[in-house]
Amino acid sequence: MTTTLEPAGQAEPAEEQVEVVWHDAPGLVGFLTSVDHKRIGMRYISTAFVFFFLAGVQALVMRVQLAGPNESVLSPRTYNELFTMHGTSMIFLFNTPVLAGFGNYLLPLQLGTRDMAFPRLNAFSYWVFALAGTFMYLGEFIGRAPDAGWFAYVPLSARAFSPGVNLDFWGLGVIFVGVSTTVGAVNFIVTIFKMRAPGMSLSRMPVFSWSILVMAFMVLFAVPALTVGTALLEADRLFGTAFYDPSRGGDVLLYQHLFWFWGHPEVYILLVPAMGMISMIVPTFARARLAGYVWVVTSLVGIGFVSFGLWVHHMFATGIPPQALGFFSAASMTISIPSGTLIFAWIATLWRGSVRWSTPLLFCLGFASIFVMGGITGVMVAALPFDLQAHDTYFVVAHFHYVLVGGVVFPIFAGLYFWLPKMTGRLLSEGLGTWSFWTMFTGFHLGFFPQHILGLMGMPRRVYTYDAGLGWDTLNLLSTIGGFLFGLGTLLTVVNIVRSRKRGAPAGPNPWEADSLEWSVPSPAPHYNFLTVPVVDGRHPLWSVPAGGASGALQRATPLTAGLEAEPEPEIMEVPEETYVPFLTAVGLAIVVVGLLVEQAVVGVVGLVVALAALGVWLWRTDGDLQ
Amino acid sequence: MDTNSLTPHGPDAAHISGLFWLMVTMGTVIYIVTMTALVVALFRGRQGARPSRFSDNAFIVGGGVVVPTLVLFVLAFATVRATNKVTAPRRDAVRLEVVGYQYWWRVEYHTPVRATTANEVHIPVGRPVDITLTSVDVNHSFWIPELAGKVDTIPGQRNLLHLQADKAGTYRGQCAEFCGLQHTHMAMLVIAEPQADFDRWVRTQARPAAAGSAVFEHQSCAGCHTIRGTSADGTLGPDLTHLAGRRTLGAVTAPNTAQNLAKWIHNAQDFKPGSLMPPVPMDPAELDALVAYLETLE
Repeated sequence: MTTTLEPAGQAEPAEEQVEVVWHDAPGLVGFLTSVDHKRIGMRYISTAFVFFFLAGVQALVMRVQLAGPNESVLSPRTYNELFTMHGTSMIFLFNTPVLAGFGNYLLPLQLGTRDMAFPRLNAFSYWVFALAGTFMYLGEFIGRAPDAGWFAYVPLSARAFSPGVNLDFWGLGVIFVGVSTTVGAVNFIVTIFKMRAPGMSLSRMPVFSWSILVMAFMVLFAVPALTVGTALLEADRLFGTAFYDPSRGGDVLLYQHLFWFWGHPEVYILLVPAMGMISMIVPTFARARLAGYVWVVTSLVGIGFVSFGLWVHHMFATGIPPQALGFFSAASMTISIPSGTLIFAWIATLWRGSVRWSTPLLFCLGFASIFVMGGITGVMVAALPFDLQAHDTYFVVAHFHYVLVGGVVFPIFAGLYFWLPKMTGRLLSEGLGTWSFWTMFTGFHLGFFPQHILGLMGMPRRVYTYDAGLGWDTLNLLSTIGGFLFGLGTLLTVVNIVRSRKRGAPAGPNPWEADSLEWSVPSPAPHYNFLTVPVVDGRHPLWSVPAGGASGALQRATPLTAGLEAEPEPEIMEVPEETYVPFLTAVGLAIVVVGLLVEQAVVGVVGLVVALAALGVWLWRTDGDLQ
Repeated sequence: MDTNSLTPHGPDAAHISGLFWLMVTMGTVIYIVTMTALVVALFRGRQGARPSRFSDNAFIVGGGVVVPTLVLFVLAFATVRATNKVTAPRRDAVRLEVVGYQYWWRVEYHTPVRATTANEVHIPVGRPVDITLTSVDVNHSFWIPELAGKVDTIPGQRNLLHLQADKAGTYRGQCAEFCGLQHTHMAMLVIAEPQADFDRWVRTQARPAAAGSAVFEHQSCAGCHTIRGTSADGTLGPDLTHLAGRRTLGAVTAPNTAQNLAKWIHNAQDFKPGSLMPPVPMDPAELDALVAYLETLE
């Protein structure tokens, strides 16, 4: 059902009237039925952080085992389970969803609209993520955690070598969580193309929104390869097919190709939104507009394309002919050009500006100093001969932690300090934030720098212990100490957040004097986001004279726009009421996955019926979503 | 024992460590320059924003496009050169085959005579060696850091690794591709020795055992292990025809002494929990006789 757009420039509606239209159900009902992108976004972030701390504890337990030679804190099996769940959690259940959470919360606010294009699909996406994460951890709780690494290479992950259900928790969980990522990506893309505030042409869109757009397209092209790769693995495991069984004509390397065709872009699926965050935060604290907006956006898009040509650099040692590897070696090195462009755009921004010091900026600088190092070691391992030494050693462990912790986790913390005041209405303590930053920064380098040297000294990855006398003892001990220091630093931020809920200073709408639309509304943002949807006339709407509004919040609706220039459409989108349907659809799918796990057709059919019934109700009432 | 990829003892590892030092040097310079620019940028506007002599584009194109492109050209050249060096076919190479098992290595020589051993690769010093790599179960990776880079052993596939030792000695390496519970204890030794010693060693390995052992052949041992010249012809575990000549047990898990051997047979799981060798219950007299026999297999 569609209605026509109200005339622009009308008087702002009274807040009390608007509140009635946009009421929220309280308590558990509201929790299960909300389709508000802000609640969903915050829920994504907090759920992802639960997995972050679980994975962090797993890492520290492993570091205790490796603190000295021939330790016996952990059994080999437990150690294998821990590193499998650590990697799986950090990639699938923390980094990817936490960035989706920021995207969910910020995108409609930055674009000047009232919700995502498909609010119910958005809720569904969250529930699938939460249930898939729980599913993957069920194995750990019943003592059957996956133990073939987060990459689950065949043949080790095949039924012949991993007979238990352990690996099925991983394989089915990965397929399941892929549903969440994929529908989330579709939602981001449609929201960006159809719902930008009038006048927000693509060339005026904030860089974070651009980064979400690039990330979403990458997800659409990359995740299918992972889903296919894992589905074939599960078909081999559950139904006895032979896609990957060399003794029956299958191919072992096929799995690696499919896995890394997703797996390498995935690194950039995480990095691109993180760089989008940096591109919002640095100009704010440099008190200058972002230098080279067009360069920055082009680089993000360029990274998106090039990242699909690198996957074989994870497979340099598999016996692929060197002529073929040369292409991937060169492509892997060229990605340093768009990355370097971004770094220098941020430096140029700071160069022209006048810096105001704050915790979000500190985390951005931490990002730059760590990530550039990770980029340099990345170029090194892209050089084929050197990779034959470094591959599968602690050098690579160090390299990708510099990239993923420096390049993604530090920006996420920057983003927390920057945007949490918008979400909660309270500022975080700068003092605690500074302590947290320096503890994390020091702990990080102490924890991971020695691992470069360990790798060069011959220490392979994924070993649960090592002999004395190989010269690895001291560096491992340092690494363990650094790991704990890093963990302590992250806890200081948790303390900071908890403390701010009661004692944090009120943030006000725009505590940082930033330029994008999310800062034009009160903190926390009201359910309807904007009393009147703004009209945008430049790249920095809050740094210029505000223009008139387009559509009041007296109806549960938001305007639509079209084309590169975001010209108003004659129709508007109604924002759906709260509903149980997304939750129930996700639960139905979870039951299907459990049915596959226990290999009981009845359970699967029950799940399918639940999911289809919920979907039926959903599709029956389509008036809420964009059509 | 050293396993340092930066103290190369063969041309392949030397080419790679040369490339490493080139890249580290270039990387360090780039890092210092970038970070200096960042720090200057942070502090030059202390008294308020100051206009810049450089345009934004000069910064971005110079720092982000031109300089990295030049650096990458140098690097690409060095990489291609090193790649050609480590992958070039070798004349007059010694050929042998290594097969990965959970969690040990079978080593096969076809020339000058056929011989089989496990977890120890003997090579003549100063001569190129071509190792064909495959696996019977899951992926492993064969890696001796001081001699060359690593190459995976993959079931259904035959990969080739070149290496050469320029100095006589023992070089340690371990499996680099995660392969299950005892990935950690799947190491190997490469022993480089003068050609004459190597020839003598291969001929020894090729000979069958002088005598059999009733205990070995009647206990479950023969189901998994071969001792050439006897009726024991199992193929799941290492060939033991010349066990006593090896330096270690369980793929470099423990030194090869009579005491360790007895413990290993009694319960290999104590050394290597998850090893595919089950505990072998037998009475002490039998165990002593068995160990005494195995100790004769020089």
